[in-house]
Amino acid sequence: MTTDSIPISVRGLVKTFGRTRALDGLDLTVREGEVHGFLGPNGAGKSTTIRVLLGMLRADEGTARLLGGDPWHDATELHRRLAYVPGDVTLWPNLSGGEVIDLLGRMRGGTDQRRKAELLERFELDPRKKGRAYSKGNRQKVGLVAALSSGAELLILDEPTSGLDPLMEEVFQECVREERDRGRTVLLSSHILSEVEALCDRVTIIRNGAAVETGTLADLRHLTRTSIDAELARSPGGLADLPGVHDLRVDGGRVRCEIDTTRLDGVLRLLADGGVQSLSIRPPTLEELFLRHYKDDLAAEEAAHAAASADREGRAS
Amino acid sequence: MTALAGTGGMIRLILRRDRFLMPAWMLVAVLIPVNFVAATDKLYPTAAERLKYANTSGTNATFLALYGPLFDSGLGSIVAQRSGFIPVVLGLIASLTVVRHTRTEEEAGRRELLGATIMGRGAALAAALAVTCAAGLVIAALLTAGMAAQGLPLAGSLAFGLELGLAVCVFAAVAGVAAQLTEGAGAARGLSVAALGAAFTVRLAADVGGAGNGLSWLGWLSPLGWLQRIRPYAGERWWVLAMVVALSAALVAAAAALSARRDVGAGIMAPRLGPPDASPRLNGAFGLGWRLQSRALYGWLAGFAALGLVYGGVAGSVEQLVDDNPDLREIFTKLGGESAIVDAYFASVMSMLGLFAAAYAVSATLRLRAEESGQRAEPLLATPVGRLRWAASHLVFTLLGSAAVLAAGGLMAGFAHGVDDGDPGREVPRVLGAAMAQLPAVWLVAAVAMAIYGLAPRYSAAGWAVVAVAGVITLFGTSLDLAQIVLDVSPFTHVPKLPGHDFSATPLLWLLAVTAALGAAGLAGFRRRDLALG
Repeated sequence: MTTDSIPISVRGLVKTFGRTRALDGLDLTVREGEVHGFLGPNGAGKSTTIRVLLGMLRADEGTARLLGGDPWHDATELHRRLAYVPGDVTLWPNLSGGEVIDLLGRMRGGTDQRRKAELLERFELDPRKKGRAYSKGNRQKVGLVAALSSGAELLILDEPTSGLDPLMEEVFQECVREERDRGRTVLLSSHILSEVEALCDRVTIIRNGAAVETGTLADLRHLTRTSIDAELARSPGGLADLPGVHDLRVDGGRVRCEIDTTRLDGVLRLLADGGVQSLSIRPPTLEELFLRHYKDDLAAEEAAHAAASADREGRAS
Repeated sequence: MTALAGTGGMIRLILRRDRFLMPAWMLVAVLIPVNFVAATDKLYPTAAERLKYANTSGTNATFLALYGPLFDSGLGSIVAQRSGFIPVVLGLIASLTVVRHTRTEEEAGRRELLGATIMGRGAALAAALAVTCAAGLVIAALLTAGMAAQGLPLAGSLAFGLELGLAVCVFAAVAGVAAQLTEGAGAARGLSVAALGAAFTVRLAADVGGAGNGLSWLGWLSPLGWLQRIRPYAGERWWVLAMVVALSAALVAAAAALSARRDVGAGIMAPRLGPPDASPRLNGAFGLGWRLQSRALYGWLAGFAALGLVYGGVAGSVEQLVDDNPDLREIFTKLGGESAIVDAYFASVMSMLGLFAAAYAVSATLRLRAEESGQRAEPLLATPVGRLRWAASHLVFTLLGSAAVLAAGGLMAGFAHGVDDGDPGREVPRVLGAAMAQLPAVWLVAAVAMAIYGLAPRYSAAGWAVVAVAGVITLFGTSLDLAQIVLDVSPFTHVPKLPGHDFSATPLLWLLAVTAALGAAGLAGFRRRDLALG
């Protein structure tokens, strides 16, 4: 695979605003034809990355390639081939939603009126209302209809469903699947983990401006722990000594623990020897995955704080 | 009064947000007239010289049109007349302030955030009016002290202070009503400015023919006319104050009643649905630029045409004044005959038009900033529209729109004067040419605004300061006795005094060269910088 066929390829991207380091050596690769989830807490740098990719912001260091071009220098050319929905669609107060959809479509080289009508119906959007009369969710719909009716080969969606109700979220997911089936590539930045789990082939999790995990959901699950809750005939021996077992709680015949997914095989064997009466195994949810990265971060911060204050106390005495 | 619950908190919020802006304009409004006293005293130290001034400049049509009547030849009266345009400026600032703290907040949705706290539905309006009117009263108090401190009578000083201070209150109340009528802040600003413009035009028509002319009764139809008819330093008529206060109170009551009847976010005038599809003309950056800017341009064109008609229609009475006044006739005969005074009048009036056109040009330019910081530029720039093309879609209004408004003003002025003296074929091109000669100076002001926007977007609003500085220098420069080097700061100082004087292209070419350099710097900066987002 040459780099030209990779829609988005970002290496070591750095972007600072004054003293804040919004992006700190970010890597991101989005392959052709995939729906790529882009996850991270608020302020992690998701929107900054997207704005660098759109040529709105200029990167300080690192390389970014978009559809085989440079997102800053070739912005105009590249924008012919992509459509973008911001997380907060703002409309001109005196233009109707339909006018904005047509305007953005024409600027990208023409609107497909049939597709537009179909999307308006599916999203239940009245295109005659003026920009200031739309609610937050309806403004997002205007942005989504404009982008989805464009026929662009790359869709960049920055938390596109904020403000949409669950029914519309459903419609959105259908639309994204259809786009993928047409062979389009989607970068989907999102907070809604169920949405990412439902749609994305691969995900990248970022924190403090750097990617901390990237891969397929299966890959990521593999890296993390599976919960086991078992009822055994006999109290199991040696479970605590197995590598990869965490948070072991034994209460008579009831065993609960977290296991590194790679060590599942050995644990199950041991449990089977104990005479399994009931067993539930739950793979990690994306939420747990996400929270673990989040919590590690908090733990690290707390440790740093503790060390710093211990240091201060040490000097004071 | 639960409707006013939370007003105190809103007042503190407004004071916090306007902590620099409000003291700044208040101070300028006080300092200009206070400085006029010393400057006028220096220019006309004796009673005889002041009487001569009162019979010549003080009653010429330009002064009457712009500043209103001169009631007496005393120092105080002369200063009061020369300050006659300040109530208009204060009225404008007061309107914009009130709309900014009421309808703009509502349109942006911030009002809703506060409305969910313990805040009555009338609190935002009450707070905006209270703060703005209080600013007017502080101006009145400071002016009273400042004028009286320079030896002018206390009663007159108080009347003068209230003339300026109450202008703030009346037009704050007008804007309070306008802010209830429309959903959009832009439309509310437009309504307020239109009301101010109408009040000014009516007052101008009443006063331009001099004391006792057949139209002077019109002055009683305009709040700006009332304010001047308080007659500070010339037999104060205190009862006129009661009229001004009563009108303000009535407008405030109307605004409060309207505000109580409507929903938050809605206007009294219901919004209409728009078309479901865009017309073929809305087909790209320029189509959108036209859609966003054309309505304002039509408004400015109408305003310039009306102003041109008035300026041109009045020019004849300037000649008449010369005929009636032997002193003046002598002066202008020396200068080159009667036509010289009309030419001088047009030259000064055209630099006024130039200033207004500069205000238009800056507003058209700063639309870029509003679109960018309102995050409406981002989705456009994510399409194949490049930054320069997007900027050009607005700057075309800066350049051609300002030319169009000047042409409208110049054409109408030349036409009205031509019809009046029976020779439109001669007057139209002369006056139109004088109007168009302002264009390079207008563009230069806009180019400064563009340079600030491109290089330091956070300070874009400083573009208005450029208009204000050029305005103060052009309108008040000579009466404030400013040094030439200060006068030279305003690009309008360098525009040849047309009609009448020889046309020389050199200064205009210099202005154009500086404009091109600043504009190019601004565009280059804009192309290179990060988009300012949220």
